[in-house]
Amino acid sequence: MTGTATVTAPAPDEIEWRGEVVRRLDADWSEGGGLGSWIGTVDHKRIGLRYLYTGLAFFAVGGIESLLIRLQLAGPDLHVVGPEAYNQLFSMHGVTMMFLFAMPVLSGFGNYFVPLMIGARDMAFPRLNAFGYWMLLGAGLFLYSSFLFGDAPDNGWFNYVPLGDSRYTPGINIDYYLIGVILLGISSTGGAINFIVTILKLRAPGMTLNRIPIFVWGELAMSLQIVFALPALTLASVLLMLDRTFGFHFYDEARGGDPLLWQHLFWVFGHPEVYIVALPGFGIASAIIPTWVRRPIVGYTYIVIGELSVALIGFGVWVHHMFAVGLPNMTLSFISLASFMVAIPSAIQVFAWLATLVAGRPVLKTPLLFVIGFIVIFVIGGVTGVMFAAVPFDQATTDSYFVVAHLHYVLVGSAVFPIFGALYHWGPKVTGHLLDERLGKWSFWLMFAGFNLAFFPQHLLGLYGMPRRVYTYDADLGWSAYNLASTIGAFILGVGILVTAYNWVRSRRRGAPAGNDPWRGETLEWYTSSPPAPYNFVTVPTVRSREPMWDQPELAAGAQPPDAGGRPLTGGHLTLSTSPLDARPQAVVHMPHSTPWPFFLTLALLVVAVGVLLDAWPVAILGVLAAGAGLAGWYWPRGQTQET
Amino acid sequence: MAVTEAATAPEVEPEEHEHRVETGLPGEALPARYGGARAFGWWGMVWLIATEATLFALLIASYFYLRFRFGPPWPPDGIANPELALPLVMTVVLWSSSPCVHLAERGIQAGSQRRLRAGLAAGWVLGATFLVLTLAVEWPRTLKEFGPTTNAYGSMFFTITGFHAAHVVVGLAMSAWVQVWAWRGLYDRERHLSVQNFAMYWQFVDAVWAFVLLAVYISPRL
Repeated sequence: MTGTATVTAPAPDEIEWRGEVVRRLDADWSEGGGLGSWIGTVDHKRIGLRYLYTGLAFFAVGGIESLLIRLQLAGPDLHVVGPEAYNQLFSMHGVTMMFLFAMPVLSGFGNYFVPLMIGARDMAFPRLNAFGYWMLLGAGLFLYSSFLFGDAPDNGWFNYVPLGDSRYTPGINIDYYLIGVILLGISSTGGAINFIVTILKLRAPGMTLNRIPIFVWGELAMSLQIVFALPALTLASVLLMLDRTFGFHFYDEARGGDPLLWQHLFWVFGHPEVYIVALPGFGIASAIIPTWVRRPIVGYTYIVIGELSVALIGFGVWVHHMFAVGLPNMTLSFISLASFMVAIPSAIQVFAWLATLVAGRPVLKTPLLFVIGFIVIFVIGGVTGVMFAAVPFDQATTDSYFVVAHLHYVLVGSAVFPIFGALYHWGPKVTGHLLDERLGKWSFWLMFAGFNLAFFPQHLLGLYGMPRRVYTYDADLGWSAYNLASTIGAFILGVGILVTAYNWVRSRRRGAPAGNDPWRGETLEWYTSSPPAPYNFVTVPTVRSREPMWDQPELAAGAQPPDAGGRPLTGGHLTLSTSPLDARPQAVVHMPHSTPWPFFLTLALLVVAVGVLLDAWPVAILGVLAAGAGLAGWYWPRGQTQET
Repeated sequence: MAVTEAATAPEVEPEEHEHRVETGLPGEALPARYGGARAFGWWGMVWLIATEATLFALLIASYFYLRFRFGPPWPPDGIANPELALPLVMTVVLWSSSPCVHLAERGIQAGSQRRLRAGLAAGWVLGATFLVLTLAVEWPRTLKEFGPTTNAYGSMFFTITGFHAAHVVVGLAMSAWVQVWAWRGLYDRERHLSVQNFAMYWQFVDAVWAFVLLAVYISPRL
């Protein structure tokens, strides 16, 4: 555990080889400037940052929607917004926070840090990576363009039928939702496949399975879930579009269809979706804790098995969202059992984190505070989750504010708090500047207090019978004080978030320089400069430990010399391909250069989307043809890259 | 130290590749990878097929879900069981494209442009014949009895077969693309990842047909 790059003075002959390597890598990897580079970039760090900033922008939008909801509910019989607008607000709040905030931001951290943490020079499919981002942005703008016409989705984020079919919602609101989630599905499936192949095939030599950082395991578990869960949402949406647009009968009980089919398909996706958002958050916690308690994580193997078990069991519990619809008792018993079981691998992880905190020497700075806040909030959400696994309790509280409280404790706990911790932990790596610690602590305590004030009373509201999604309520129901407290809490939470936003912007001008390794972290993202060069590492390191930065002192200088196993790998846009299990070097792969085709393909698919939305079939066909041209441009064989 | 060095030593079979790239480690040169079962693109196609297979599985599961929710008789509303003769002919046509595509892939692995082109062309013709039989014979015949808007059974029938046909269309487009470049002599023994990926996708489309056939055409008789 030696210091940063500035501490160790390189020997003269080292400076010589290093300077030569850096000169060649700069020539090989620079993307240049200008609009072409901006549209065409395939650098995982630029793309990761775009995911991050876009996701945070949508977080702000979704947050404003939630504050409007809370204002409407602050007192009885208020009319802050109209009832139709209210429906659109809570629907788009859910869609935004799940699809446009949590998933993109967690993918953004993954995009930025997975290649860095595994010692790779880029993702396996850099152009697919760029495409995933453009599709996310396109789908987000597509969904939000609905507000321009006052026709935003208004049937909740899970869009149940028959309310969502053309008999009861004839407008284009639901068409926006269906096409939007299909576009988002394309984006996140491409991203997931990219993560899986990257993690299997691009790890630095020596990074065997049991040396993979837990954050990377979390992204892998998330990606596996996306690959197998998202098809259910895509299918449900396609079938409903066929019903709505062409008069098919999948969900029409009068003609042999069944509205419950939607619920099954949606929750086959929807419950894993909860873990898609939670597992990378768990991974962030496991990345932050060891650095800030100065010891390796306790129970590495158990945490990894826990993450993968949650991902697996998560596919067997969807019916617990449907306990109240009248399914056979045998079904309910099985799903109830599986739902109880999820608590076990989750609790294993919590105990491993607590053990690490106890066994180490915690440094109570902002990143660790956010992680501890996450543990507290997530455990409360987990306990109410176990309550819901009991069928009678679920049936008594279903569709009440108790559910709203539970899901916010789980999701804000496992996504928002780790994400904010990660902003403080990894922000300096991304921007090159430290964030202000005092503002960070203010932000944490405001967010923690605001969150609990906003959502704890909702448990009580639910038990007192307040249904979720109601527009307003009578004064004599006794809900007013709790609702007012909740609204005040939501605004305090909002202020806490703004403090971090200000801190981030401020740090870019006034933050102290971070250096390579400001926290003396244990994983490979701290092996390179802040922010990293386009090629990530001067030499692709050979890894001999689970905590390479702690156990391999030669890494501290930021360039493992060739005689210690560092591979400069110059002479082109090159990365190393290694074996999936024990990461032995297998081959050198030529990576693609920047290209505008992913951007073009996204535009073409948006033309298809608009054509389908407006039933303008010639437009849609034009878009399909353009997409074909885009794919041809993308796959046009050029030189040495791998696509031939 | 000696142990860890051995553990990270390159795992490379000799004489598999001609092009080698120096990594900068003293004396080490690794093969430049363009294809084969270890290429990134090969893995990407594996996972694309995994997610597509899930989509098909859920679609077919939805078919049976509606069937068992609806109860007998199935097909409902007096619709007769689907006729089997033509679908079985279509099956033979489609599945005979599999060995053609396989031989094309094996051909280029051995460096034979002729076998590559012939195998791809034969596979394309058989796949296109299957598609024409579906869209121009099987569907019009079925539409005389019921359509996708008749009831949920009809919706399922046309959606499942149409979804499979759409995959055949994509496969034919991929094949056409690969054939253009095959005729221009782009592929060789080492570099033919597109051929490989097309072949894997096509075998998937052929394999899925077994489940479509079982679910849509055979299961109503059981």
